[in-house]
Amino acid sequence: MFDRRDLLKGAGLTALAATLNSTKALALDTVTLPFANGERPLVKYPQKRPMIGLTSRPPQLETPFAIFNDGPITPNNAFFVRYHLSDLPYDLDPDKFTLEVKGKVDKPLKLSLKDIRKMKATEIVAVNQCSGNSRGFVEPRVAGGQLANGAMGNARWRGVPLKAVLEMAGVQSGARQVTFNGMDGPVSDKTPDFIKALDIDHARDGEVMLAYGMNGEDLPFLNGFPLRLIVPGYYGTYWVKHLNEITVIDNVYDGFWMKSAYRIPDTPDNAIEPGTAPKATIPINRFTIRSFITSVPDGAKLKAGAVTLRGIAFDGGKGIREVQVSTDGGKTWVSAKLGKDLGKYSFREWNLPVKLPAGSHELKVRATGNGGETQPETPRWNPAGYLRNVVEAVRVTVA
Amino acid sequence: MQRTVLLAVSLAIAAAVGSALAAPVNYKTPDEVAALKPGPNLEVVQGNCSACHSADYIKTQPPMKDKKGFWQAEVTKMIKVYGAPIDDADVGKIVDYLAATY
Repeated sequence: MFDRRDLLKGAGLTALAATLNSTKALALDTVTLPFANGERPLVKYPQKRPMIGLTSRPPQLETPFAIFNDGPITPNNAFFVRYHLSDLPYDLDPDKFTLEVKGKVDKPLKLSLKDIRKMKATEIVAVNQCSGNSRGFVEPRVAGGQLANGAMGNARWRGVPLKAVLEMAGVQSGARQVTFNGMDGPVSDKTPDFIKALDIDHARDGEVMLAYGMNGEDLPFLNGFPLRLIVPGYYGTYWVKHLNEITVIDNVYDGFWMKSAYRIPDTPDNAIEPGTAPKATIPINRFTIRSFITSVPDGAKLKAGAVTLRGIAFDGGKGIREVQVSTDGGKTWVSAKLGKDLGKYSFREWNLPVKLPAGSHELKVRATGNGGETQPETPRWNPAGYLRNVVEAVRVTVA
Repeated sequence: MQRTVLLAVSLAIAAAVGSALAAPVNYKTPDEVAALKPGPNLEVVQGNCSACHSADYIKTQPPMKDKKGFWQAEVTKMIKVYGAPIDDADVGKIVDYLAATY
């Protein structure tokens, strides 16, 4: 029969194997995103709850969509992660961290984290959304990170206005843009470093912020600790993480990540005929307006009767005027009740009690911004799969 | 007076917490799980692609009708845009592997 010592030895070996083979243990489960080749591991990173793993080097993590039903603020440990280049500052020492401000300024600065924290702090609630959020749904499919709708999040950011730091440095006349570089970089020196630029007036608008705080805590490492740029209403590509270099320039920055990457067609709605190439492009900028149903996943089975539908809406900074919901596939629409206004850059919650009879229903949601902008019935297309904001539909069966 | 003491104590705690937070990060990511699928010229692909990114970058790309055209464009992008030092002789092998395997 079994020898007790052998059993113990076996258990010990199993435990040892589990330790050595920790990679397997970390793939908690898999999820299948609703598009072809959408299977992803659920992965556990330090400071994060289990997230949808897109890539591991550099790390890219998507927020499981159900979290957006928990409230308008996305918890730090659920906030999406997106890097471009694999050399991350994993060992950075916040005591030695320095933000350099240079270029066309009267007084170049080297600020420690303590210097920045001593300045007058401001807070803003703002959505950060990856330019490629929802790219997996784009048809025809395009290359790039194949994300569902979870590469977005809403947080209360705390820090100092970029304007204040630029004023300390004294921007010289003739300044046209400000560039932003973080401590993360490429593995090869032949790969263009990730550097982004904003026009000088945008950089000085008082809203663009250098943030060290997120939802009352320090930034999580993977969200840019100890300092990142916050560009309210703009896609996440501008929200440079581990920010340590700000340069004022007197020209338009022509580095790869501005001149060639993150470009959208220069057409009235930034769309072109699917499968074609644009004649001219401009840098991606503000979010398109979007809304989601968060309380009911696609394919849900519900009990007949009263149910309150809930969700979120946001836009590029004008704020949400109205959210309408259809329970008949878009034939008729009813205005939802909007939740608390946390600011024009925030997720805006909405809810609507409805009665659903037995049968199949297609639920739709459509937001309208304070500027009158709304969501299209059919998806707009561009070659990089950016800007997706088609009216979202959720199919449910009621019995 | 008690309040002053309490305040001093809480300030001391805040200072202690503050300095504790300032330790170097030493962030550890989990080990890589994804591996390249077996296929022709696997070792060429490993040698040329793995230095800069994990295998899931390849694995998660969408299924395309023109696989060869798609992967040729990706490999060209890696060389021309991201400066991947790939020998001309390896380009065809890498594209063939990717088109046959993914």
